Amino acid sequence: MNLILQAEFIAPDIKKFVIAAPLIARKAKPGQFVILRVWEKGERIPITIVNGDPENGTVTLIIQGLGKTTRQMNMLNSGDYVHDLVGPLGQATHIENFGLAVCVSGGVGTAEALPIARALKEAGNTVIAIIGAREKALVICEAEMRTICDEVIITTDDGSYCTHGLVTDVLKTVIARNTKPDFVLAVGPLPMMRAVSEMTRPFSIKTMVSLNSIMVDGTGMCGGCRATVDGKTVFVCVDGPEFDGHQVNFDEIARRQKQFANQEKISAEIINKEPQKVLHQCRLAKAINEISKS
Amino acid sequence: MSSNTLSKKERLAITRQPMPEQPPQVRNRNFNEVNLGFDAETAVIEAQRCLDCPRPTCIDGCPVRIKIPDFIRLIAQKDFIGAARKIKEDNLLPSVCGRVCPQEEQCEKTCVLHGKFQPVSIGRLERFVADYEREHGQAQVKVNTPPNGKKVAIVGSGPAGLACASDLVQWGYDVTVFEALHEFGGVLIYGIPEFRLPKAILKYEIENLQKMGVRFEANFIVGKTMTIDELFEVGGFDAVFLGVGAGLPWFLNIPGENLMGVYSANEFLTRVNLMRAYEFPESDTPVKIGKQVVVVGGGNTAMDAVRTAKRLGAETATIVYRRSEVEMPARIEEVHHAKEEGIIFRTLTNPIEFLSDENGWVKAARCLQMELGEPGPDGRRRPIPVKGSEFEIPTDLVVVAIGNGSNPLISRTTPDLQCNKWGNILTNGNNGRTSKRGVFAGGDIVTGGATVILAMGAGREAALSIDEYLKTGIWDSEPESALKK
Repeated sequence: MNLILQAEFIAPDIKKFVIAAPLIARKAKPGQFVILRVWEKGERIPITIVNGDPENGTVTLIIQGLGKTTRQMNMLNSGDYVHDLVGPLGQATHIENFGLAVCVSGGVGTAEALPIARALKEAGNTVIAIIGAREKALVICEAEMRTICDEVIITTDDGSYCTHGLVTDVLKTVIARNTKPDFVLAVGPLPMMRAVSEMTRPFSIKTMVSLNSIMVDGTGMCGGCRATVDGKTVFVCVDGPEFDGHQVNFDEIARRQKQFANQEKISAEIINKEPQKVLHQCRLAKAINEISKS
Repeated sequence: MSSNTLSKKERLAITRQPMPEQPPQVRNRNFNEVNLGFDAETAVIEAQRCLDCPRPTCIDGCPVRIKIPDFIRLIAQKDFIGAARKIKEDNLLPSVCGRVCPQEEQCEKTCVLHGKFQPVSIGRLERFVADYEREHGQAQVKVNTPPNGKKVAIVGSGPAGLACASDLVQWGYDVTVFEALHEFGGVLIYGIPEFRLPKAILKYEIENLQKMGVRFEANFIVGKTMTIDELFEVGGFDAVFLGVGAGLPWFLNIPGENLMGVYSANEFLTRVNLMRAYEFPESDTPVKIGKQVVVVGGGNTAMDAVRTAKRLGAETATIVYRRSEVEMPARIEEVHHAKEEGIIFRTLTNPIEFLSDENGWVKAARCLQMELGEPGPDGRRRPIPVKGSEFEIPTDLVVVAIGNGSNPLISRTTPDLQCNKWGNILTNGNNGRTSKRGVFAGGDIVTGGATVILAMGAGREAALSIDEYLKTGIWDSEPESALKK
């Protein structure tokens, strides 16, 4: 069990956690993820590591409450425990000095892009961040991105903040500049990553996307996260999570991500109807942990 | 009636006692254990069938050489606890092995009664005494050897790791078992279903090991959370045993395999067993409930998957296997139980494509009829496709259960650990020594997918070798592949 040291909402339904996990903090590299479970009968879900702090022995996660597990997680506060936390999993992002690197992120994906943008900058790249969100309130990690990147361009779907439009609209103008990007990273909703990949393809700009498949173990044991890249089956958990966006079969991933849509509705109803019961499920973990310590 | 008063003729006249079990049409709708176990009276009767041969051949059939006639004699004398202790001299987990060992291929095959008569039910008797000991709270959890101050890391809490840990802790070692998942037991917890091996039994065995002083660390992935080198340098371990199993599912590599509704056996069984998807939505993890389920493969895992699908509510649950029933690697008992439960067997049938409906869900398996040709290198007759025999089996859930390769998590982060081209770790004969000083390996990661008891045997061989290494400090190892593929 891992103690939550800090927990705060940074946007509606998006919560930032700092969690005690000294072993994971020592090893975490940009692009890697953890698998967490919120309670005894909870599902195992992958969450990207935003930051690993080996000195303080903590990892930072930023979680958007969508399904039952993420919403349940977002009910927790500092002093509560995460039932299980394991990692770091997956391959770290391949970092080198490409020249001009563009990090395109959408929604909560900006949190996942943050450590990669930092690593790209540290490797000597000129880094442009393009941040997209539905509306102003959902723009996250802006200040952190501004301290890291050479340029930050923000766009909102409804025009409530900065540019009005999609990240691809911005990317188009960036590609049209005198200096063409040498590397593009896209992290966010699948349609966004696909649109970015399609936009860079004619220019042959190396484009990596971070896939968020449904996983169980996260160590290559179940194969549930499999995807098709360059015509070959890969396991996102051990071969990824980042892949060449020009080679990814997005249709297949989009379908596979929705394979439990009906069951997800059932789980969502439970948390809608009985939020207190659901909160109690994970608070139980804290009680058990305290008893076992005493 | 004392056991030693019976004549050979009288013993031969006793019939092999049947295993009481849940009726097929009841059990194929629940996850409770199929076999109910002998009662004491039945166990004594069965034990009296043993001829107590002067040169017992049954022991030769046992990978860990349990003193079979000795424990059976104790059962006949109604000393059930004594019998349990006798088994535990050679096998730490009789409650598990009594349930999942393929006895008909091992001890019961080499029993002198096999052939002309029915062999003694060695497995059922093993299970009986283990259950008796547990139910009467008589398990010994005291370690008599004082701590020797040496630390051993066991990687993986499956059969190999548990067996290795059990021996080492009794010899005074400070033992820590590292497990990647959140519960302990490896394949015994994520793979083998409740109806064959109840979780409560496994939990009890692991708690006993904890009482003996074995430390268990969940959510710890060696190769990721720490490398092997870090276990030595940061963790302060003196030796490391790798019993990580064969955890990378093979697929058929045919079109349509990534459609929705197609699972590996590992995923399907892990969702149901470890994650308790059969309780959904009481448990959060879902699994697709198939109406017409097709399971590809003929091993024990295939049987577990197809019987699980039936219990989850499948109208038809079908085994599709490319060879004939004779070549099936599954235990005879599992095949027999599956048939009783209404599982359909389509042998000599090979899937060549999975077909999609308009939404990307699997709707049919396109198959070829096969016939058996000449024997291959493994002695089994090779299946050959019958020309023009293509046909479709309608299905909404496919489980691919054709075996596992080796997981590269450890080898990728341990370059000085030699593996063969399939990723199996090379060891120095049976003693488990690898190419890396202080690192031992055993079980499926060395041999490829095999049985629980073979993995346990390998764990114990390695324990002996670890003990020798840590006492002498001498490391000699010329590792080679255990596979003769």
